[in-house]
Amino acid sequence: MITQWFFTHVDRRGAIVIALLVALACLVPLSNLLLPPTSALHVPTYLVSLIGKYLTYALLAVALDLVWGFCGILSLGHGAFFALGGYAMGMYLMRQIGPRGVYADPVLPDFMVFLNWKELPWFWHGFNHFWFAALMVVLVPGILAFGFGWLAFRSRVTGVYLSIITQALTYALLLAFFRNDMGFGGNNGLTDFKDILGFNIQADSTRSMLFAATALFLALAVFVTSFIVRSKLGKVLVGVRDAESRMRFLGYRVDRYKLFVWTVSAMMAGIAGALYVPQVGIINPSEFEPANSIEAVIWVAVGGRGTIIGPILGAVLVNFGKTYFTAAFPEIWLFALGALFILVTLFLPKGILGLYGTWETKRKDRIARKRSEPGSPATERATPIAEPQAAE
Amino acid sequence: MKAKDTLLYLDGVSVSFDGFRAINNLSLVLQAGEMRAVIGPNGAGKTTMMDIITGKTRPDTGDVYFKGEIDLTRHDEAEIALLGIGRKFQKPTVFESHTVEDNLMLALAGPRSAFSALFHRQSADEAERIDDILHTIRLHTKRDWLAANLSHGQKQWLEIGMLLAQDPKLLLVDEPVAGMTDAETAETAKLLREIAKTRSVLVVEHDMHFVRELDVKVTCLHEGSVLAEGSLDYVSNDQRVIEVYLGR
Repeated sequence: MITQWFFTHVDRRGAIVIALLVALACLVPLSNLLLPPTSALHVPTYLVSLIGKYLTYALLAVALDLVWGFCGILSLGHGAFFALGGYAMGMYLMRQIGPRGVYADPVLPDFMVFLNWKELPWFWHGFNHFWFAALMVVLVPGILAFGFGWLAFRSRVTGVYLSIITQALTYALLLAFFRNDMGFGGNNGLTDFKDILGFNIQADSTRSMLFAATALFLALAVFVTSFIVRSKLGKVLVGVRDAESRMRFLGYRVDRYKLFVWTVSAMMAGIAGALYVPQVGIINPSEFEPANSIEAVIWVAVGGRGTIIGPILGAVLVNFGKTYFTAAFPEIWLFALGALFILVTLFLPKGILGLYGTWETKRKDRIARKRSEPGSPATERATPIAEPQAAE
Repeated sequence: MKAKDTLLYLDGVSVSFDGFRAINNLSLVLQAGEMRAVIGPNGAGKTTMMDIITGKTRPDTGDVYFKGEIDLTRHDEAEIALLGIGRKFQKPTVFESHTVEDNLMLALAGPRSAFSALFHRQSADEAERIDDILHTIRLHTKRDWLAANLSHGQKQWLEIGMLLAQDPKLLLVDEPVAGMTDAETAETAKLLREIAKTRSVLVVEHDMHFVRELDVKVTCLHEGSVLAEGSLDYVSNDQRVIEVYLGR
């Protein structure tokens, strides 16, 4: 029953990826913790954390694909939601440090003691509880996205104008979080974490569990996105993307549909950020950098927007390339990233997965022609899932 | 004439864009079950009139009533669509990356909230209605095709089918035969006459041949107001219509 329910909401490709992610979530920790370091199958801890970080990026990319690939909302500020989720988690981790900080204050985090603050600001209360922080991880980005979207979509701000405002949003947050009196650690952000849920954050076992959690949340995101996209709501979204006014004249409240998917996407981005912070050990205002959000757009474009799976591929591949190139040729990394975006836009407008889709269509087309039924629908059918138009 | 007992009632409607009077004291009345053809030269305000009726443009002055009592100037596009006014654009506007069937499914009358759409399941009744419409618009053999792969004329029909699926009381159709072959044009006239049996239709068209085939009352617009109204023969013999539109 449950499997049947599952398969009506996910296509074969999605199911394979979900299965792979669940397998990764089990096997990587087992290999890291149980196999001796000499074994060929042993995954070293640094690699566990590195791939874990990539998977949080992939989760951000899936969130972005939901709004950009399926609803045509090009957000250049999704990094803001990611960072806010990260800060919520960071605040919990700060509170966990307790008296083990440099200044050994039982309640105040180090940077507050340093700034000579006597009391915990009101918005830091509650973050000593994990459940509260976990709630804030989705609520803060969700509420911000809801408020922002409510204003923007009702006023029918679309296209490049909306992209620019999202960019401004993340930039405004960047400037705000840089300020010491905002109460989020200013320039340095939050770091020096010790425990998460009572476990040492540096321990191999904790890192493995964080990796597993990331893989599972990514699998969940793939499922939720597939569920949304394959429902009638998803078809409405694609309709909005391709012909917004037609949708309106059919009687759909386009702004509410956009608002729904925009908020869901922001919450997913928040979860990604919350998983990112304990794995990299720091969150600071640079996460709000507009360039980060633009990089996320590149991951989605490279992987193929409107494909759910493509952005995962794009995020992992581009970041793998980044890790390699920034070490090997640190000067040219940014040029390589720029060139990649130009090349993908010019030659792979549908991304890596789109390339596969085109190849599949051609193959089916050949088969259909061989059967030589002139005018049979199969000859003119393209790939079933929504196909994005050329990049905006 | 009173707004009561009419389906669509426009009285003294004016709208200007940057000082240009696109619609100038326009009055037009459509009865329930009536089909009307609107003709007129470019810039006569035909499309702007449709924008006003469907809530895309707000008139500066004048009354716009639907079913005698609903003030259309107080509603937006989505609300007006749900009240029962469907609109076909000049350029065929269908959802190209959806199949023909999904295009109709999205247009089908029913709840429009995001929540109901998330958990929507197609009922047997809905499937039957889609089948009916597919036959009406002669696309039943192409139900699985992506709309992008349809010919221009077929897209026009699909869009008309989507309007039918909306089950409107009033259909606004903007230049349905632009770019169609003669055979498609004749088919379309047949299709519209069939549709007009159960609902009111307002057709804007340039193709006089097509208007003649529709065989309905004609309104000629010029510079934002009504120049002449009556049978096609009456209108096309009007001296002013000949001057500004038909040419001689």
